[in-house]
Amino acid sequence: MKQVFALLSGLVFGIGLIVSGMADPAKVLNFLDVFGTWDPSLAFVMGGAIAVTAPGFALLFRSRQTPYFDSTFRVPTRNDLEPKLLTGAAIFGVGWGLGGFCPGPALTALPLAASGTLIFVPFMLGGMWIARHTPDLMSKTKEGTA
Amino acid sequence: METEFTPWLSLGGGALIGASAVLLMATNGRIAGISGLTSRLLARSSDGEARVVSFFFVLGLLLAAPLWLIVSGGWPQQWVPSNPLLMALAGLLVGFGATYGNGCTSGHGVCGISRGSARSTVATVTFMATAFMTVFVMRHVLGA
Repeated sequence: MKQVFALLSGLVFGIGLIVSGMADPAKVLNFLDVFGTWDPSLAFVMGGAIAVTAPGFALLFRSRQTPYFDSTFRVPTRNDLEPKLLTGAAIFGVGWGLGGFCPGPALTALPLAASGTLIFVPFMLGGMWIARHTPDLMSKTKEGTA
Repeated sequence: METEFTPWLSLGGGALIGASAVLLMATNGRIAGISGLTSRLLARSSDGEARVVSFFFVLGLLLAAPLWLIVSGGWPQQWVPSNPLLMALAGLLVGFGATYGNGCTSGHGVCGISRGSARSTVATVTFMATAFMTVFVMRHVLGA
């Protein structure tokens, strides 16, 4: 059942990206272009997602001790702001602004096989692999991913 | 290139993304963060159970557009930058940055903010800021 629901979650996520227009880098880049051809749609996507996720998570954590098909809710517990978090986020934003793709939309758009996507995705996976193998030089604590 | 402002479709699509995040947490107890789920598939050290969830989630993501094609009769509309050097650099920075910073638009921007996480809120503000600056430089300074 875990696998079925993981597959279903991925499918719903991808459909959500397509319906919202976020699998199209043109819409993302236009959201980021306030002084040009601005398209505010992305703000509505985030708003719609948070409007469901925030009460959904709150209700879930209040009503259940464990997930339906697993033993624990794996929720990040850190609350410190270390350089690694900010450096990574800043680098991610630059790449996002260059290509108009973040990981979810890039994978969703992969089957459409646009030449830019076919280049972006392998390099993205390469970047993830490098980050996984880059020791944290700035802080001493070790942690998992969000 | 202009795109049409789609408030209702974007709100509805966003709600589906939120529903997916709640569904994954309710059934598997995991954050629907795409960079975390995807990069876990690349690391040999991660535990097998987590990788199975990642595998099926990413598979679902990859099947969304083909399903869309079957149901609607056409691929979703898109325009992707085609400069190969630009897209290679963009991919590298997105993959590295999201994994190094423990999350991307989904993990920090949707799930993290929804949990009221200060880390995710700061990360989201940070990547939004550098993304806005990048597009400004590319389109209005360099004129690309």
